[in-house]
Amino acid sequence: MTLPQDGLIAVVKRDCPTCVLAAPVLGELARRRGLQVYTQDDPGFPETVPEPIDDTALDISYHLKIEIVPTLIRLENGREVARTYGWDRGEWERLTGLAGLGSGLPESRPGCGAKNIEPGTIERLKVRFNETGLKSRRIELGEDEDEEEAMFARGWSDGLPLVPPTEERVLRMLDGTSRDPQEVIGLVPPALAAATVEKIAINAVMAGCKPEYLPVVLAAVEAVLDEPFAMHGVLATTQFAAPVVVVNGPVRRQIGMNAKGNALGQGNRANSSIGRALQLVIRNIGEGRPQEVDRATLGNPGKLGYCFAEDEEGSCWEPLSVERGVKPGVSAVTVFAGFGLQGVVDQKSRDPESLARSMAESLKAIQSVKLAPACDAILVVCPEHERTFRNAGWSKTRLYEELYQLCEIPGEELVAGAKGIAEGGPASLAGKTVNKFRPGGLLIVRAGGGAGMFSGIIGGWSSGARGSVPVTKEVRP
Amino acid sequence: MTVLLDPTSERSPTVRARLPRPARLDGLVIGLLDIAKPRGDVFLDRLEERLTERGIAVKRYKKPTNARTAPLPLQQQIATEVNLVVEGLSD
Repeated sequence: MTLPQDGLIAVVKRDCPTCVLAAPVLGELARRRGLQVYTQDDPGFPETVPEPIDDTALDISYHLKIEIVPTLIRLENGREVARTYGWDRGEWERLTGLAGLGSGLPESRPGCGAKNIEPGTIERLKVRFNETGLKSRRIELGEDEDEEEAMFARGWSDGLPLVPPTEERVLRMLDGTSRDPQEVIGLVPPALAAATVEKIAINAVMAGCKPEYLPVVLAAVEAVLDEPFAMHGVLATTQFAAPVVVVNGPVRRQIGMNAKGNALGQGNRANSSIGRALQLVIRNIGEGRPQEVDRATLGNPGKLGYCFAEDEEGSCWEPLSVERGVKPGVSAVTVFAGFGLQGVVDQKSRDPESLARSMAESLKAIQSVKLAPACDAILVVCPEHERTFRNAGWSKTRLYEELYQLCEIPGEELVAGAKGIAEGGPASLAGKTVNKFRPGGLLIVRAGGGAGMFSGIIGGWSSGARGSVPVTKEVRP
Repeated sequence: MTVLLDPTSERSPTVRARLPRPARLDGLVIGLLDIAKPRGDVFLDRLEERLTERGIAVKRYKKPTNARTAPLPLQQQIATEVNLVVEGLSD
């Protein structure tokens, strides 16, 4: 199918009322100026033209980059010299050099969207003409090969089925960001292989993400690859650690994340697939796999994906991201090397002092009651517990201060052998006071359903300079 | 034909490599699978003799028919009991 060197062409579809309206004018132009009409949906349309040309495959439309139908184009010496779209008498007369077109028609009518740029179609056309710009290696499956089994067999899966990363799906995923697909976000351990936006998008497709989740996934990858997070160690440790992703800012609601009932559980696509995408990046790009460089003794269920949003709207406190230096109203992720969830059940405390003591006793138990300072921790305060602090006028800063004070532990209790437990520190701890947490090692967020006096503690891996430091990154479009 | 984009670092070939052959047979358990073709047992009997002479542990298995793949329980039994398998493919 080739275009004429000179003359007029139009691209139309029957499904467009403006194309139907302009059909008599198209017929007139075909008679007087030899107009060629390419039709996107019904090869018989428009009946006013002797031989409309079938472009239901959309090849011509794609190469002409048609966005609106009807589009009228004038060609000279094989080059396009003028284009207009929709019906506009003045524009059509100027472009064709004919006066008095479409008498009886309104002066103008806007056109309709062209079929070649419909979601799903534009990606298919780019793939057909090999114009995707995607650099990753293509894996051709055999005729009889099952897609799911092929992906399991190649070791891409975390143990659950994956969405097949076809070129079309990856192109749609990349629409979720304005970043260059070949931009390198960082080097993923243990292989220290480059995580390009494109490679991350492929893993996000497999994880089940929607394109609009991609900026959050990119921010999470960027955060775990920041040196202080120590991603290699978080992966390689025999302990339980996995990156926990806490999401703040407007993006939470824009992409429908769950910050309320069962926020840390299953059932929300964004929460589940964003956390999973991060883990697949580590597995597939970084080659970090269990029983290989991932030496976890038990691991934890969050290693499939561990991501939730803070309930900022329900909270009387400033969001975690703001506390960590991000401007209010700006979306951000904070990553934390966390263990599974430990519950804080307290249904009787009605004053903040009692509740803080209750929380502190649970906090002091993480990792081991005999170890301090042990690690960082996220305290996820549920709404009914937060209400107790809110009613008493406790700010987040006040709660931090009270909890740090309550987590001071007499050194005698931590000495190896004390309490009849061999685990513990040197005898020199006796007579001293040791805090369970390093300064800044406690992170408080609010999330959860409206009913239930059940907060949660996410204990962490080794922290500070000898372990992992939480990292916060803004979510960029 | 489905075409997928490679999600990995692309440091390995797209075609899965075969498992490496063991450098030595000492200490390994070898399964001998008779696929139920005539005279397969002659070949495997001789192989068992030679391996046993060298002090290598051998376990024998037999498919019910050469016309079908091995039943799943037999596949699982072999996978859990031996380190490698030798089978006579045809008579």
